[in-house]
Amino acid sequence: MESLAIQGRVIRALLLREVITRYGRENIGVLWLIAEPMMFTLGVATLWSFMGAHKSSAMPIIAFAVTGYSSVLVWRNSANRCTAGIQQNANLLYHRNVRVLDVFITRIALEVGGATGSFIILGSIFTAGAWISPPVDMMKVLGGWLLLCWFGAALGILMGAATSYSEIIERFWHTISYLMFPLSGAGFMVDWFPTAAQRVVLLLPMVNGVELLRDGYFGNTVRTHYDVTYTCFINLVLTIIGLLVLRDAGRRVGER
Amino acid sequence: MIRLEGVTKQYHMRSGPRRVLDNVSFTLERGRHIGILGLNGAGKSTLIRLLSGAELPSTGIIDRQMSVSWPLAFTGAFQGNLSGLDNLKFVSRIYGADWRKLLPFVEDFTELGSYLREPVVHYSSGMMMRLAFALSMAIEFDCFLIDEGLSVGDQRFGDRCHYELFQKRKDRAFILVSHDQNVIRMYCERAAVLHMGRLYEFENVEQAYEFYDSQYVPPPGPQFD
Repeated sequence: MESLAIQGRVIRALLLREVITRYGRENIGVLWLIAEPMMFTLGVATLWSFMGAHKSSAMPIIAFAVTGYSSVLVWRNSANRCTAGIQQNANLLYHRNVRVLDVFITRIALEVGGATGSFIILGSIFTAGAWISPPVDMMKVLGGWLLLCWFGAALGILMGAATSYSEIIERFWHTISYLMFPLSGAGFMVDWFPTAAQRVVLLLPMVNGVELLRDGYFGNTVRTHYDVTYTCFINLVLTIIGLLVLRDAGRRVGER
Repeated sequence: MIRLEGVTKQYHMRSGPRRVLDNVSFTLERGRHIGILGLNGAGKSTLIRLLSGAELPSTGIIDRQMSVSWPLAFTGAFQGNLSGLDNLKFVSRIYGADWRKLLPFVEDFTELGSYLREPVVHYSSGMMMRLAFALSMAIEFDCFLIDEGLSVGDQRFGDRCHYELFQKRKDRAFILVSHDQNVIRMYCERAAVLHMGRLYEFENVEQAYEFYDSQYVPPPGPQFD
């Protein structure tokens, strides 16, 4: 119980520190946390509208872009922000209460918070302006979003720990994360693919998350494919591997 | 009490594994003061990192039955964009202290004035040192880790540090790691010498210095007396 209280204290301290470090107190300060993903999403939504990236005529492009790009941001930012997190915060470990996991929890919480805020605000603005319709089933949207957050957190811990072993891993990660974007389900619906290809893309956990989210958002107007049990299973496996690698990395801080 | 038993630390270097600490054991009771002497490269900084918990031993046990400070006046954990005050708030939050109660002491001790609310990047090294020392004194610990460093700063600051640490807090335990002759003689009842990763313990400080001095290898070239 006491160690939980300490961890809560440490994470709060790290959150406040990270926010001021990253955004400072100038102009809108901490609001950049939400404004940054909002700008990204708006930019992509605009670009896709002009490009006509939507194939299906049933799909309103703005809603398609907002649901898709927000979904990518929530997991990819978490994972990106965690890379090299141990090296960058090694000096904080001189404070006995600070553990490497706290550093990652902090970074993930900030990225998830920012992307969630951006998604909610953009969704509300567009709905209020009647650019898009409100979601059909809020619980499914929430479920899909949580699956994506979990995936991002697990990937973040894994990549954060793994990049402490070698810079090569970080270089590979840049390529992988870039290539994962077109595969992430942000820019397509699984239903557009032939059945054989559907099975392959559905192996990717984030594709399942976006599909569930869009099922909730658009309801019966679109056909979606996903497997919640499978996605939870993959997320769980990633989480366990991530924590195991992190435990080892934590023991080796400074050894490289 | 803090107890080290068979502590070994190995680093992976380009040239292969390198054992920096080799089977180090010692125990320090509450309120006792130990000095650890060592030449450059003996493993002093590594020992400090292990004692503070910044790194874990490769093998062996470190058992802490009292709260151990971060290395005294350590500036490495400062974030440049944060002000001195932000850094005070940060350590206060981490250790569950109320920064408002600590602020008067920090303001008085650092003599930073309005600079306390400026980002740390704009500080001179002297200002940085005053802030770091003040933060170390603001949070209470049973045992203080002291890694050289006390010789920096001007006379007035040095005197204040010595008063805060060795007078007001002499009931606490100290682990003083240094190659400074005087500090360890003045404040420690016993001393150990770290040499090539091994720790040699001595009954009293003088014996430790005798051993320490016998390790001295004069540099090549002409000698000056």
